[in-house]
Amino acid sequence: MEARYKILDIDLEGIEDIRRFREKLLSRPDKGSAGKTGTWRLYKPILYIDKCTRCGLCWLYCPDNVISWRQREIPEIDMEFCKGCGICGDVCPVDAIEMVLEGE
Amino acid sequence: MRLRWSWRGSDMDRRVLIGNIAISEAVKLARVDVISAYPITPQTIIVEKLAEMVDSGELNAKYIRVDSEHSALAAVYGASSGGSRVFTATSSHGLLYMYEMLWWVSNSRLPVVMAVVTRSIGPPWNIHTDHQDALTVRDSGWIIGFAENVEEAFDMTLQAYKISEDKRVLLPSIVALDGFILSHTAEPIDIPSQEDIDRWLPPREPLPFVMKPGEGFAVGNLGPDEVTMELRWYIWRAMERAKRVINEVDYEYKDITGRSYGGLTERYRVEDADYIVMGMGSWCGDIKEAIDMLRDEGYRVGLLRIRYIRPLPIQDIIKYGSRSKAVLVIDRAVSMGYGGVLAGEVASILRGRTPVKGVVAGLGGVDMRSEDFIDIIKRFIEEYELDLDINWLNTYWIMKDGGRG
Ligand code: SF4
Ligand code: SF4
Repeated sequence: MEARYKILDIDLEGIEDIRRFREKLLSRPDKGSAGKTGTWRLYKPILYIDKCTRCGLCWLYCPDNVISWRQREIPEIDMEFCKGCGICGDVCPVDAIEMVLEGE
Repeated sequence: MRLRWSWRGSDMDRRVLIGNIAISEAVKLARVDVISAYPITPQTIIVEKLAEMVDSGELNAKYIRVDSEHSALAAVYGASSGGSRVFTATSSHGLLYMYEMLWWVSNSRLPVVMAVVTRSIGPPWNIHTDHQDALTVRDSGWIIGFAENVEEAFDMTLQAYKISEDKRVLLPSIVALDGFILSHTAEPIDIPSQEDIDRWLPPREPLPFVMKPGEGFAVGNLGPDEVTMELRWYIWRAMERAKRVINEVDYEYKDITGRSYGGLTERYRVEDADYIVMGMGSWCGDIKEAIDMLRDEGYRVGLLRIRYIRPLPIQDIIKYGSRSKAVLVIDRAVSMGYGGVLAGEVASILRGRTPVKGVVAGLGGVDMRSEDFIDIIKRFIEEYELDLDINWLNTYWIMKDGGRG
């Protein structure tokens, strides 16, 4: 169908608007995309290396994906983004993670 | 009954259909990809008919049965985020149950199209029409149109896809049609051919965004307060542009069907009118009849039919309202503690220009006929001419026996 209407500035504005709208509405996963969430923490996880059996359960369960772990290695927790939810401590089968009040 | 004919080379199929079936025919012609369905009277026949079409293979779409209206809109929200053209339908309590999801859809700018078969909200239980349900979602960022007859409900549904998916708009649309009066009443309707619709309504573009496997992003993540305000402002601007797009699409549509309604409003005998009546929905047909009879008696009166309450046709209301002596707004919904919903909007636009009188009638489906409108309009003109009513917005109620509350 041939266009019966001239393209006005208002139409171009609409196309530009939707581009900007999309930029602000959508967010891509990125480290720290919601800020330094580590500052939200009340309790911090302390990992006792000697107790840890390197099973990887804490890595699997951490909802913030801040624990890194490889087969047969001790996991590492990124304290800049750990929110201190305590799930890792809860799931650890050998109590190798203890939750301690921040500042203690 | 079936009759084939052609309009300027376009093939038309004349059939006699009730409003609900007409809507499902429009949805089929729009080649919708995903439909979600939850039954509620008087809407149910729309999704029942669509289920039959999907079952028979007549319509190639995914049909999702859900556990509630909230899920019905959530399901098409997801499908629309995935780039599909979608449809769902509801009424009354079902629409209220969707309320939260309405905002997710509009604030994400997804071009969802939904039919709302208007029905009173309980208690008391009542399945008949008033406009309270559709007007309850007035501020949600959806485009909201009211059809006057079956054919218009069909046309408005097809047009809704074209409007909502337009790059300049990208907002969801509600097509409101009066329960039973339109949804269950058979009228003749000329249906355009699939080829013509395909040419006019191409498949949806991947806008405003499309979620795909392997491409991770979140919609509407927590952000700074300023982002919320900025996003609202884009929606505001899109709604402003929608006014132009609605007029364009309605005009264009004439090329394939020969039908066009005037865009945001329909003007009926308004050009030389001293008094203008404004209203929405099916009873505008009766109001037109009343106007014809009043014209025969010498009253210079016309109807400005509000086809879309969002975006509100402010320009038309000013244009026709301010050149008349007084405006009468007849509402089928009420904002308790203020007045008729449309009357309040019209009065705020015409303040200082033209006196506006509001009438609330027909709630819960109370039948209003052209004779009733003749009485209301005559009384309104009389009051104005005798300068009787000082408080003009003061809304009065037309009760069942024809008296006033
Ligand atoms: S406390 Fe919570 S956020 Fe922190 S490492 Fe453990 S599971 Fe992850
Ligand atoms: S769950 Fe406990 S034992 Fe397993 S890796 Fe984590 S800290 Fe070590």
